[in-house]
Amino acid sequence: MASSGFQADVKALQKHLAARHLIYQHQHNKQMSCPAMAQLLSNTLYYKRFFPYYSFNVLGGLDNEGKGCVFTYDAVGSYEKVGYSSQGSGSTLIMPFLDNQLKSPSPLLLPAQDAVTPLAEAEAIDLVKTVFASASERDIYTGDKLEIVVINADGIRREYMDLRKD
Amino acid sequence: MYPYVTVTSVVALKYKDGILMAADMGGSYGSTLRYKSVERMKPIGKHSLLGASGEISDFQEILKYLDELILYDNMWDDGNSLGPKEVHNYLTRVMYNRRNKFNPLWNSLVLGGVKKGEKYLGTVSMIGVNFEDNHVATGFGNHLARPILRQEWHENLSFEDGVKILEKCMRVLLYRDRSAVNKLQIAKITEEGVTISQPYSLKTYWEFSAFENPTQGAVGSW
Repeated sequence: MASSGFQADVKALQKHLAARHLIYQHQHNKQMSCPAMAQLLSNTLYYKRFFPYYSFNVLGGLDNEGKGCVFTYDAVGSYEKVGYSSQGSGSTLIMPFLDNQLKSPSPLLLPAQDAVTPLAEAEAIDLVKTVFASASERDIYTGDKLEIVVINADGIRREYMDLRKD
Repeated sequence: MYPYVTVTSVVALKYKDGILMAADMGGSYGSTLRYKSVERMKPIGKHSLLGASGEISDFQEILKYLDELILYDNMWDDGNSLGPKEVHNYLTRVMYNRRNKFNPLWNSLVLGGVKKGEKYLGTVSMIGVNFEDNHVATGFGNHLARPILRQEWHENLSFEDGVKILEKCMRVLLYRDRSAVNKLQIAKITEEGVTISQPYSLKTYWEFSAFENPTQGAVGSW
């Protein structure tokens, strides 16, 4: 779960979900699937509809079949399963670029490029690095280090990249 | 809700044996320097040291809460004691929940300590923003001290080097923070316990040419 917005709310929200995940594991003797967590996050956010968590989230993970999924949220829990997304101060810069690279230019063209068509892992990571390097050019709130979390069948690993070294 | 009697920056860093923390002793009442011997670093339990900036009365209230917390922990008499991580977590919850009720405790807190050889240094603000790091600062210290710490801090600082860096930070704050006073304490917490120094003052130099003639290179009529 990646969150942007007010840090105290982000921390509180992530802590809440971690606690709920632990309870789920106690009760069901298995990990929550990404779609299950997606619904839980939505419900948690909407619960505070009239005093929201100021947190803009993107949830990524594996479904019960081991396929990757990405869910994108607003601060009060509207969510959608997508092939890719961005949230936060740099999203206005990042999203159009992602649309350009990953989306079919027109549904009439063949072969149809689809956001769901998977990139190879190396290509995807490279795209993420490019995207943040670009965002940091113009978005003052993008920081000086990037953390990339890669989730696949082998497990979860993290990569780091310095930004703004110029 | 706004603060009445306030204290300025706290600066702290991790060093070889534990945590070093520095804070001056001035208590301002708006623009008046009302109190000149305010102690704003206090030991908490056996393993932690709390430093605060912001409203003094709210800091005193927090000390009361922590007194009760430590008391109840001791009354279990189970050989276990609250470490710095736990105290920081408790403070985070208190500050965040007060913020959510639109009745904040007007403080920025620094919580440092060592337990079982593990060093911990965290901070929490009046709106609940909280994190831990190798060096932290509150208020003006964020703007003036942290750049110095980012450049000069490294793992396993000696006590002398740590004090030198803190004094450098406090000196810059003294020059540039109008609510800073030249009377400070440095506190150290290690596995052995807490030591808070006697108040002392820093040597300052006001003859810099940039101070003498501040508008030398300035563009414009003033």
